[in-house]
Amino acid sequence: MRIVAKGLKYVYNPKSPFASTALDGVDIEIKEGEFFGIIGHTGSGKSTFVQHLNALLKVSEGYLKIGEYDLAEKKCNFLELRSKVGMVFQYPEYQLFAETVEKDVAFGLKNFRKELNEEETRAAVKEALETVGLDWNAVKDASPFELSGGQKRRVAIAGVIVTKPEILILDEPAAGLDPLGKKELMELLHSIHGGWCKTIVIVSHDMDEIAENCTRAAVFSAGKVVMEGKPSEIFSRADELLSLGLDIPVTAKCARILQSRGIKIGTDFTCDDFVKQVLALRGKGGERDDE
Amino acid sequence: MEAVHFDNVRYSYREEGGEYAVNGVTLTVREGEFVAVLGRNGSGKSTLAKLINALLEPTSGTVTVFGMDTLDEKKTFEIRKNAGMVFQNPDNQTVASIVEDDVAFGPENIGLPREEIGKRIDFALKAVGMEQFRHATPSRLSGGQKQRIAIAGVLAILPKIMILDESTAMLDPKGRREVMEVVRRLNKEQGMTVILITHFMEEALQADRAIVMHNGEVVMDGAPEEIFARSEELESYNLTLPRAAYICKKLQEAGMSVGNAFTAEELAEEICGSLQKG
Ligand SMILES: Nc1ncnc2c1ncn2[C@@H]1O[C@H](COP(=O)(O)OP(=O)(O)OP(=O)(O)O)[C@@H](O)[C@H]1O
Ligand SMILES: Nc1ncnc2c1ncn2[C@@H]1O[C@H](COP(=O)(O)OP(=O)(O)OP(=O)(O)O)[C@@H](O)[C@H]1O
Ligand SMILES: [Mg+2]
Ligand SMILES: [Mg+2]
Repeated sequence: MRIVAKGLKYVYNPKSPFASTALDGVDIEIKEGEFFGIIGHTGSGKSTFVQHLNALLKVSEGYLKIGEYDLAEKKCNFLELRSKVGMVFQYPEYQLFAETVEKDVAFGLKNFRKELNEEETRAAVKEALETVGLDWNAVKDASPFELSGGQKRRVAIAGVIVTKPEILILDEPAAGLDPLGKKELMELLHSIHGGWCKTIVIVSHDMDEIAENCTRAAVFSAGKVVMEGKPSEIFSRADELLSLGLDIPVTAKCARILQSRGIKIGTDFTCDDFVKQVLALRGKGGERDDE
Repeated sequence: MEAVHFDNVRYSYREEGGEYAVNGVTLTVREGEFVAVLGRNGSGKSTLAKLINALLEPTSGTVTVFGMDTLDEKKTFEIRKNAGMVFQNPDNQTVASIVEDDVAFGPENIGLPREEIGKRIDFALKAVGMEQFRHATPSRLSGGQKQRIAIAGVLAILPKIMILDESTAMLDPKGRREVMEVVRRLNKEQGMTVILITHFMEEALQADRAIVMHNGEVVMDGAPEEIFARSEELESYNLTLPRAAYICKKLQEAGMSVGNAFTAEELAEEICGSLQKG
């Protein structure tokens, strides 16, 4: 399913003294199969936008379609849509509510996959918890509120992937995960991407993470999309990004310094490619010097 | 002067004991130090932090803050005044319905005069780039905006010890740079002791000292560069190298003669040097 937004606007507390415009005409197209990144300064509208995608926030002005679902239509089958578009919130606490971890993760499953029996549900929950790196026996009966920050985050992610949504939206999912946990989360996302999960949309403040993982990305600023393209294109526009309160990946920073010293290096800013390009430079230089 | 001292401290969340979240920690943080605390999820970092400002009482052992025992209830107020903490989730931190009242809460609580409170609010909101949100409602802010307000609330107290529990996790890059700058400045200029819990290895590089926790114990303790030189050990604790150091290691493994680098700038320097040598 393709996601298309045109002129999407959203105002919190409209017609009140607290009115604040969070989305000011968002135009975006995310094709099926993408691993799409969203970056942008604090308060730029990222969370407000992604919350529209599974209809947590209703379209108040503008156009938003996901596949055949017209989210601006009152008649839209929102329940069915939510079974296909899973969402991991920015703060896992907003997502956790049951008295045990097992019940928490089972909740979505009971809602969206009613055909599963007790045993199948339990097996799926166990698998999801293990997939996010938690020890089933250690956590299944624990209260989600008695876990560390990163453990809560993992439970929240398990609760969404367990329903196998076709589109998976994750709002700063790596925040709070330890470094290995971050790496494993990205590996997990790549492993489900292209299988039951067709499209992934990830909000992140980590430029390296976007450069490393995304097929395309959009930059939000003040409720609008101000840049869109491949990470390699976006991160070549360093000055603009810095002026928007953002940053560039370590590889791009390093490439920029090299370029300023007259060393030309073309890279897509992933670590692997950067290493390859640097080694290639050495190869050329080395050969010439040796002969 | 010892800002914080842990003497063989254990803490269990269970009444019946066992399963220690902090397990036999002995640790001294001197006044004016900038310490980064690293470690995998559930390793005991937040528990350690809560033991410092007397939110949790040790199951055994003693914790002192500027010589005051955290078990001494008469000292609790004084300890919290000295050791300000920004929590992992800012929602647990906001108390008032207007941003400026929220930031004023700490300074009011420690009995600062009115005029000084005004100055502190200005300073703290400016430090986190939220001046224009002075009259906003915290619950109606974005995730990163809430986090900035929570940081401002502790900055406004100008505590002698500032504990940041993953407080920059949801800030945009500029916000993270700004907060780190303010904290570093207060550390350098006013000798504020900083205890920074983080999963960003790049942030740890800014500290004088890094400690690594694992299963409730302190398993590594030293200068950040020293710790990051032991990459295999780090990995066994679920940690990784800062990205520039990781790239540097890859280049070294491929046979390129580059010295150790931890930041993009150092890495570029090394690569330039190596290419020029041919
Ligand atoms: N309120 C609580 N009740 C019971 N157990 C808890 C509670 N809070 C934490 N724990 C447990 O104590 C251990 C240490 O947790 P702590 O929150 O100190 O970890 P942490 O290092 O801060 O992790 P993270 O990086 O995920 O924030 C974990 O095993 C956790 O499950
Ligand atoms: N519940 C709310 N009520 C009123 N205004 C809100 C609410 N939530 C967000 N806003 C405002 O809407 C704007 C966009 O917020 P949003 O949460 O979408 O930002 P964001 O890009 O996700 O930021 P962050 O990186 O800090 O999470 C901000 O100016 C914010 O103050
Ligand atoms: Mg957000
Ligand atoms: Mg913690």
